[in-house]
Amino acid sequence: MTAAISDEEIEKHTNTLRNFAKSTGYTLNPDDAFLRIIVIGLLENKKRFGYASCPCRIADGQLEKDKDIICPCVYRDPDLVEYGRCLCGLYVNEDYISGKKGREPIPDRRKTHKMSR
Amino acid sequence: MKGKIRAYTLSTCPYCKAFKAFMGEHEIPMEFTDVDLLKGEEQTKAMDEIDRICPGCGYPIIIIDEEIIVGFNENKIREVLRL
Repeated sequence: MTAAISDEEIEKHTNTLRNFAKSTGYTLNPDDAFLRIIVIGLLENKKRFGYASCPCRIADGQLEKDKDIICPCVYRDPDLVEYGRCLCGLYVNEDYISGKKGREPIPDRRKTHKMSR
Repeated sequence: MKGKIRAYTLSTCPYCKAFKAFMGEHEIPMEFTDVDLLKGEEQTKAMDEIDRICPGCGYPIIIIDEEIIVGFNENKIREVLRL
């Protein structure tokens, strides 16, 4: 198991993600408790691999192989369009927030059609 | 309640954590495998099994007897477990 993640690291990374999302026109999951769990997963992978790979996918641990799933993954935008959220639920849109989409589990687009960064 | 419950999960996945919490709250015994924490051959074997039983699926992959539930679909789990 990776070293424990401190509250300070979680808060700092959450703020970084919020600023990044705001400046790039994206929306983070409004559920703060769920968002915290996602951020912990991202930070655990960052400690494990040296980069924040998607907490809902298995990384190889080799940067070249994992480039497509480094957050934000290359599958985020098509997933937002189709499901209203990305696979791990970090990024969402109005369809998700209104409950219209994305509340059911979604398939892993990487497994169905691999894309490159 | 039904028989054997096992699941393939990831230690970092929020939906897997929600599933584990749900099963804990309802005190339902199960076995789970955090596939990301497996090493080498063991991980390859688990991923091959997942691709075999559930190609293209995200995590958690929940197996209740022979029924497969993909993702933390609480309603479906309640239905299958008759909760």
